[in-house]
Amino acid sequence: MDFSRDGGSLPGAFFAPGSSSFADFLAATRPDLLPGRRLDMPPGMTPTIDAPHGTTIVAVAHTTGVVMAGDRRATMGNVIAQRDMEKVFQADEYSCVGIAGSAGIAIELVRLFQVELEHYEKIEGTTLSLEGKANRLSLLIRNNLAMAMQGLAVVPLFAGYDLENDDPAKAGRIFSYDVTGGRYEEHSFHSVGSGSVFARGALKKLYRDEFTEDDAVLASIQALYDAADDDSATGGPDLTRRIYPVVTSVTVDGFRRWPDNEVERRVQQVVEERMTSPGGPNAPMRGVNQ
Amino acid sequence: MSMPFGYVSPEQVMKDRADYARKGIARGRAVLVMTYADGILFVAENPSSALHKISEIYDRIGFAAVGKYNEFENLRQAGVRMADLRGYSYDRTDVTGRMLANTYAQILGTIFTTESKPYEVEITVAEVGENPDGDQLYRLTYDGSVADEEGFVVMGGNAEAISANLKEGHSHTVALADGLKLAVQALSSAAANGEARTLTASSLEVATLDRNRPRRKFRRFAAGQLEQLLA
Repeated sequence: MDFSRDGGSLPGAFFAPGSSSFADFLAATRPDLLPGRRLDMPPGMTPTIDAPHGTTIVAVAHTTGVVMAGDRRATMGNVIAQRDMEKVFQADEYSCVGIAGSAGIAIELVRLFQVELEHYEKIEGTTLSLEGKANRLSLLIRNNLAMAMQGLAVVPLFAGYDLENDDPAKAGRIFSYDVTGGRYEEHSFHSVGSGSVFARGALKKLYRDEFTEDDAVLASIQALYDAADDDSATGGPDLTRRIYPVVTSVTVDGFRRWPDNEVERRVQQVVEERMTSPGGPNAPMRGVNQ
Repeated sequence: MSMPFGYVSPEQVMKDRADYARKGIARGRAVLVMTYADGILFVAENPSSALHKISEIYDRIGFAAVGKYNEFENLRQAGVRMADLRGYSYDRTDVTGRMLANTYAQILGTIFTTESKPYEVEITVAEVGENPDGDQLYRLTYDGSVADEEGFVVMGGNAEAISANLKEGHSHTVALADGLKLAVQALSSAAANGEARTLTASSLEVATLDRNRPRRKFRRFAAGQLEQLLA
């Protein structure tokens, strides 16, 4: 039946059976609201948009789940656009997503992703598998390809607790993406954004298989410190303004954002140690974990 | 002037449609929606654990229905899409029960007058407020009429008898477990054939909109949790 005729009601897409994707529904009814289509530019035109960019996100798997953390800086060229930006978000009850790249579009994309997961849950009465969620995100990024080619790329990092895996040490999983929507599962830890090279280098030396959640949080803070140390676009802990990294964790009990005072304590510990050893903890020269 | 052959007056058409819809709705088992101390409680007699009569529409909004499953499922999905679209394009706080109830009224009214058969459904849109004064219950019938109900709504087979039972004990300050017992007792004492039955956790579908929960207030109870509450 077509409700579009009588003005007061809804178009047919609202009643279309079979679709449980909000993004597909949006594409059918209100394509203007899709993140990737907001700024359609004439072909061949290269934009000179100076839009804020988000920087470094790290994720570390541990024995009971996964931790994701991000610095707070957004930059616009050489200017710090925002000091206290949040770049790690809860995606649903058992997953989180962090964003690097063009901030405006990334935040919009995360919002769409959050609604996408909740929408599926409500329509179907059940949650998507972790793989399913990762694949959905991949599709949303691919839809943004045209904008990525114009310089407004979004590179998220997705992590979650896989309820279908009985072993909690293996249930924390991390997925990275490229701008074309390519999806890659990462093992143990990963980082994206401008400071990711340094963060990943730090995590490579710090990571241990037997990490607890607390260890993973500490390693993430160390890695973000190292990223901020060498990358101008990544913000270090701002002790004067009391702005610290956003730290989130997903375990079998669900998503949790670490309260600022708990993060503060660990950040201060890290900063304290760096007073005597600016390069951070020393890794052993040879041999296995000690 | 002579009436054309086969003429039926509009009054008769509407009456026939209404009777048809009412009969369909009365055949089904009842669903009850009531306020309690922490928000809104939904209780349905529903042996299926997969085909729901009660569901979440949005952060503070729940949906309960009786009648033909495919018809109210259609309405439910449209409601979820509508709410998600509005919340996405404006803000989550801009999605209200009243907006949903209005749209459902339009849809049901249009179907009642223009389609060859009316929807055999009755639905309730419930919204939990920050405090008990903000709780809203909208009952929508097959012809698109909306009623803003106070305290509780009973829909489906034998609704009047169940309402009468519930009226005695209901208060908006009742605790969850007591409210649930009250609801189950009201549902089971007014069986279709007049005999009281025992309803067990496995034949019930129960959910709440609990104002004390974070963002998403809707919570569905598993059979195990229900047994504890009913014990």
